Amino acid sequence: MDLALQLLFTGIGIGAVYALVALGFVLIFRATNVVNFAQGEFSMVAAYLMVVGIEAGLPYWAAFIAALLGMALLGAIFNLGVYYPLRHRTYLPVIIATIGASILLANSVLAIYGPQPQVLEGWFETPGIQVGPVYLDSQYLLIIGVTICLVIFNFWFFEKTLLGKKLQATSQDKEMASLLGISVSTMIMITFIYSAVLGGLAGILVAPVLFVSIQMGSTIALKAFAATIIGGFGDVAGAIIGGLALGVIETFGAAYISVPYKDGFAFLVLVAFLIFRPQGIFGERVAEKA
Amino acid sequence: MSAPSDNMPIPAPAIRSKPLVVRHLPYFIGAAILVALAASMRFDGYVHNILLQATTFSIAVFGLSVVLGLCGQINLAQAAFFGLGAYAVGIGTNDLHASFWLCLIGGCVISLLAGAFLGMSTLRLGGHYLAMVTISFQQIVTLVMINAIWLTHGPDGVSNIKRPDLFQSSQSYLAFCVAMLAIVGYLVWHLSDTKLGRAMRAVRDNELAAGVNGIDVFRTKIYAFALCALLGGLAGGLFAGGFAYVSPDQFSFAESIVFLTMSLLGGVASPIGSAIGTGLLILIPEWLRFLKSVPGLYLAIYGLFVILIIRFMPDGIWGFVADAFARWRAKSAPPPVAGALHLKPATVGGDIVLEVTGLSKHFGGLKAVDGVDIAVKRGGVHALIGPNGSGKTTTLNVLSGLYQATAGRIVLDGTDITNMPPHQRTASGLGRTFQNIRLFRSMTALENVEIGAERPGNTMVGKGDDALTERAMEALTFVGLGSRANELISSFSYGHQRLIEIARALASNPTLLLLDEPAAGLNSTEKLELHELLKRIAAQGLTILIIDHDMTLVSEAAQHITVLNFGRRIADGESLAVLRHPDVVSAYLGSE
Repeated sequence: MDLALQLLFTGIGIGAVYALVALGFVLIFRATNVVNFAQGEFSMVAAYLMVVGIEAGLPYWAAFIAALLGMALLGAIFNLGVYYPLRHRTYLPVIIATIGASILLANSVLAIYGPQPQVLEGWFETPGIQVGPVYLDSQYLLIIGVTICLVIFNFWFFEKTLLGKKLQATSQDKEMASLLGISVSTMIMITFIYSAVLGGLAGILVAPVLFVSIQMGSTIALKAFAATIIGGFGDVAGAIIGGLALGVIETFGAAYISVPYKDGFAFLVLVAFLIFRPQGIFGERVAEKA
Repeated sequence: MSAPSDNMPIPAPAIRSKPLVVRHLPYFIGAAILVALAASMRFDGYVHNILLQATTFSIAVFGLSVVLGLCGQINLAQAAFFGLGAYAVGIGTNDLHASFWLCLIGGCVISLLAGAFLGMSTLRLGGHYLAMVTISFQQIVTLVMINAIWLTHGPDGVSNIKRPDLFQSSQSYLAFCVAMLAIVGYLVWHLSDTKLGRAMRAVRDNELAAGVNGIDVFRTKIYAFALCALLGGLAGGLFAGGFAYVSPDQFSFAESIVFLTMSLLGGVASPIGSAIGTGLLILIPEWLRFLKSVPGLYLAIYGLFVILIIRFMPDGIWGFVADAFARWRAKSAPPPVAGALHLKPATVGGDIVLEVTGLSKHFGGLKAVDGVDIAVKRGGVHALIGPNGSGKTTTLNVLSGLYQATAGRIVLDGTDITNMPPHQRTASGLGRTFQNIRLFRSMTALENVEIGAERPGNTMVGKGDDALTERAMEALTFVGLGSRANELISSFSYGHQRLIEIARALASNPTLLLLDEPAAGLNSTEKLELHELLKRIAAQGLTILIIDHDMTLVSEAAQHITVLNFGRRIADGESLAVLRHPDVVSAYLGSE
């Protein structure tokens, strides 16, 4: 029982990271109808930027801000270089281009920084606190806290602000939005920047828990994508619930079934959902279209 | 796909002058020369290895040209399927001491089954799912290769892999692989002109239109995906036999991306492009070996290449060359003159061809169609009209199976089609056109209409490709476009594209033809021509159900009219009486 509680905490912590990346997926998907396969690399690049910043002698908070600014820039470049030129083509070329970008990003970092995984210290000095039978790791607490704040921020931003409403309008009907005087290309640009920052934030948060490595991007992206399908594709709440669920399933699977195949559980859950409930827990987005 | 020799005894028909095997003779001669060269020339070990790698990789990339090029579906796990075949031969010949041939076939079967399973679980959904699921599958296969040490020997890999007795020497084995490459290449090349290949191209160009033209979209995609996996497995098995050693890192996700890049670079649509892309991407890194000294650098360049090719050269090198070649070559021969089109609508049921009872379609709370009854009498033109938003197009989409009915029953010529998917309704005798034209854009007019003619259960088409072409030419001639049959869809005007869509439906010899706003966007001359065409179709006894806004067309062409408003039927009966009905007048003009 104690072990189960401990695993639940860890699972929610790691699931929160998947949820953040999944959120980035969903936002870009809603704005452009395209899945960005380089979303995971945003997390990886941000973690490396953080490592570089700390090595350059910046204080933790300054490195953090610098990394997020770097991600905003990367999001903008990504939009201009990868998505925007292909925006009038079908989804297949765009998917392939984002896969190309993912390979480019991962291997550029590898070429610059080498294959050796890096270590990033956590935000807090104290490693954690003991509450009853459960040890609450401070970094996991931070991840969960930030995720909760971001979910609230997202809700406020998209539902209560004019910019958020414009973004929603763009994702629902581009033609109509442009007829109403909304600059669709600006909205898409903002979406890419925001998603890159979100993905980057997830990467920086999770880096002290995992190692900072080239593979972390694709691993996280895969889980996050599975999370979006479990939650219901294109659904913001679904992405978050799906991410948390996946984190918990995976942690329990690793503890009780097999450690080496830990990364395989996401795939099994994914296939089970695809076969039995492709619309996910919440979504109806797969619905018929004519 | 018939083996070339099967085509020999068929007497040469009027349309195609020479049997297939004679027209393709140069290919076989070329292939035979290559095999002979591979068997006789002395290569040093390094060159031999590069040739062997290029040959086996090409076969795997052929798989991608089927799934991605022909069918428009993505596969990011080709290296995993390649690995399944390679490990089957590796483990089979080394640990189990089984025969090479048995292992090769076993590997192909395992890959095929894995591909079919992945496809079945995913291909109903959008392409994003397929991309992610194939990546996941790739990761799982890699995990198993590394961790299931009892089976795969883990990261050390499998060594001491055997070759068949017949091809023990590396020289003869290379020749064997080149021969396999030639055979697979021929089959893949020929595939696009077969029924399955046409179905794949139709699915790639327009899934909805493929469905309503009688193609089982889901099954076609699974065939393409499973075929791709099979070729991956075959290539892997050959690779393992050639190099006698396999390890997990040869079948990683990065390698899948290399396969994808090869396919895109050469030109995804053709096996020639695949071979070119494969050759280049094996040779270039050999010339630029210094790139490999920095880990990641050459894969980073691959990634950049992918982005650049997609943006600037979407058809790849071969697509570019073939395009230029086609422009340089004189225009292809004019299409053959065709006979008159005969329509022989089936008559199984009684006097009513289409009987719709209590049909409803609700979207959440919106009742787009609500308890509508329609009875379409055999022969003649029946119109379904109504103001904007009255539920006409929704009704048509429910009739053709693009939407599932919420309630109600649809009987076509005595067959209950209410719960059938679109392609089965088409097989039962339904033909339709779309308001926003849905043609297969990468094909010629003739090929579009051939796909219509190919509908399962079409009794008006004899056996073989020539009968198909003949039927399609008749249908195109019927709508007045026979002389332009070999032109691509993009070169036709909007009005002519509409006629091609009608020809595509007519070629299938439907029992009932559904026309969705055929006059929309046509100028007045074209409308008159359309009217004439409808008369000629009706004169052959084919029943038409037409939706349109053009009241002149409707009142002149239709004998019977059903009027919808807010999803309900407000009038039904003989044309002139219905148009004078006070409810209809107020629905269109508003009441005081």
